[in-house]
Amino acid sequence: MSGTTPTGEQEPAGAAAPVVDPRLLVRERGMAGYVEEFRRKIRGGELGAIPVVVGLIIIAVVFQSLTGTFLTPGNLSNITVYIAGPGLMAVGIVLVLLLGEIDLSVGSMAGLSAAIWAVLSVGQGVNDLLAIVLAIAAGAVVGTIHGFFFAKIGVPAFVVTLAGFLGWSGLQIWIMGSEGTINIPRDSLVRDFNNFYFSDIAAAYGLALVITLGYAAALWTGERRRAAAKLPNRQMVDLAVRIGLVAVAAFTVAYVLNQHRGLPLALVIFLAVLIAADFMVRRTSYGRQIFAVGGNAEAARRAGINVVRVRLTVFTIASSLAALGGLFWAAQAGGASKSLGSGNLLMNVIAAAVIGGTSLFGGRGWIWSALLGTLVIQSITTGLNLLGMASEIQYMITGAVLLIAVVVDSVSRRTQRTAGRT
Amino acid sequence: MTTAPLLALRGVSKRFGAVQALSDIDLEIHAGRVTALVGDNGAGKSTLVKTIAGVYTADAGTIEWKGRAHRIARPQDSQDLGIATVYQDLALCDNLDVVANLYLGRETRSLGVLDEVAMEARCRELLDSLSIRIPSVRIPVASLSGGQRQVVAIARALIGEPEVVVLDEPTAALGVEQTAQVLDLVELLRRRGLAVVLISHNMADVRAVADEVAVLRLGRNNGIFPVAETSHEEIVAAITGAADNAVTRRSARTLTKDGAAPSTDAAADDDRNRTTEAGEETA
Ligand SMILES: Nc1ncnc2c1ncn2[C@@H]1O[C@H](COP(=O)(O)OP(=O)(O)OP(=O)(O)O)[C@@H](O)[C@H]1O
Ligand SMILES: [Mg+2]
Repeated sequence: MSGTTPTGEQEPAGAAAPVVDPRLLVRERGMAGYVEEFRRKIRGGELGAIPVVVGLIIIAVVFQSLTGTFLTPGNLSNITVYIAGPGLMAVGIVLVLLLGEIDLSVGSMAGLSAAIWAVLSVGQGVNDLLAIVLAIAAGAVVGTIHGFFFAKIGVPAFVVTLAGFLGWSGLQIWIMGSEGTINIPRDSLVRDFNNFYFSDIAAAYGLALVITLGYAAALWTGERRRAAAKLPNRQMVDLAVRIGLVAVAAFTVAYVLNQHRGLPLALVIFLAVLIAADFMVRRTSYGRQIFAVGGNAEAARRAGINVVRVRLTVFTIASSLAALGGLFWAAQAGGASKSLGSGNLLMNVIAAAVIGGTSLFGGRGWIWSALLGTLVIQSITTGLNLLGMASEIQYMITGAVLLIAVVVDSVSRRTQRTAGRT
Repeated sequence: MTTAPLLALRGVSKRFGAVQALSDIDLEIHAGRVTALVGDNGAGKSTLVKTIAGVYTADAGTIEWKGRAHRIARPQDSQDLGIATVYQDLALCDNLDVVANLYLGRETRSLGVLDEVAMEARCRELLDSLSIRIPSVRIPVASLSGGQRQVVAIARALIGEPEVVVLDEPTAALGVEQTAQVLDLVELLRRRGLAVVLISHNMADVRAVADEVAVLRLGRNNGIFPVAETSHEEIVAAITGAADNAVTRRSARTLTKDGAAPSTDAAADDDRNRTTEAGEETA
């Protein structure tokens, strides 16, 4: 939506009553116009992804200069594997935050899911894939229970999921029974979540190409249709810059990954979920309904939206994603345990969603904040690990980053208010 | 009024805790006619509108659509019948842009995917016809002025091709030109054969477009007047309750004595009973 400021000449000539206000600041053509519009957006508090991207660059520069090994392909490749688990969980949190709610149980759910999978697959000898499906289904059931109490009964989501936070980790410990930990067997699919790489260099480059072409095609056809319908559309330069940025990012990542072990399966699954969720949120009625309920639930109800159903299903999706993320988390830990998913996982996941640019106040945000936010958190964690810092320092730094993100969210909300935007 | 009503309310009551917001309301809405609903602040106009729209469910009474009783339990039910409502509080989602608000709950889709281009084109067309200037249809409605928001809410009611359009104070925030546009629109809708319910505190507007005026006073019917044959003073009298006279007072008193007082909350009782019959007798 950004950058679609209509320019004067694109208005249908001779229309009886132009919809466009003549006072609207019209973007000049060419580079100067973009710079000017960019400035205006910053002042208006529409920061978009800029703070996170700048933050990531700062983090990379700082840790590289301190350790000298942060920007090695091996380290960067590992980061892309580590972010999958918390990232998948963060996608669910983004959806919940868009509703203007919170889910405090995702960490416990992740641990519970890993426990269910491990006990079924390793303990009971159930088929590995079936055990994975059952673990995710357990997530769906848990989310539906949360959604039922929140959406149907009207208990605040904060309280319902706080109860879940305790209750599900209790269930996790109970399920694990006498076993302290259950290690992942060699031939398990869950191990591949951490260990499998498409080592052929064609895989990473191919994926980068597919992503770039897909993005270009979607953008191009969209703008063509807008032009055909005589709606304001982006200029060619604009399209070229956007596609160029995506291409550079995709191929750089592919190049780095191929310097190490190739394309990790974890990253492929994470990206697939991100793209699917982004599509759902921005291109389907259901996604529109999520934003509407998060913005003004009563208005959504009056528009005929089934608010209860939207709320309930979002919690179902969030817990299912937490269950899936839990399996990745277990893969990294090497197995399921009684304490898997406790500690700072929950805070990191929520922090990631907010750091990435999804508002805590509901109705504002985007799915890609799950990727950007987890990248920030994981980069900090990895960097501090390289420096040999103890986990208490990591806690403090992550806490500070979360605070900064929330402050940015609150301030940008206030600036947008004064600049006339919500 | 020889034709059967499109929408009819029979004995509709609604109570909020200790407040009897509506008691025993009767109202008939006819296709091709504009019915103005007037009354003082707190008379129950918006409550009545929300009952029709399915935001509230009536405690008692029935709502008939084309002669058949229907239960309107949810806003969808009302929309499915063909009733479009512009609420006094507009009920817009501030975080969504104009196009998204206009199509909320009934997005245009192609192959299951939102068809933003079709929606935006239609949205611009509609806003053009309402001659309102909006900086862009792609900005969140939070950044629009009060009047612009109101026009967006009105435009939204027209998207779904309704048979009844209910407008709760649609011109309250509008300038001279936009008010005229909305009144023109009301007349256009009537000419197209739609039924319009218009709530307004502006008697001049009401007299300009309405065919009949239904007066609500303290949550009760206080008369239905054909605009052409009723003077301004008579309507104002019905609104304020000044139409009260000795005859109605006496009939009210006998009613109370018989124990047929319809309202149970004692405090407001006296005033309400007095005005019960006033309207009908004036009319
Ligand atoms: N949700 C509610 N809960 C409790 N009381 C309510 C509620 N909505 C309305 N009321 C009460 O019902 C009565 C009628 O209110 P309503 O909003 O229908 O008035 P109105 O005729 O639309 O007034 P106005 O001209 O000021 O818009 C008022 O006394 C009001 O306090
Ligand atoms: Mg009102």
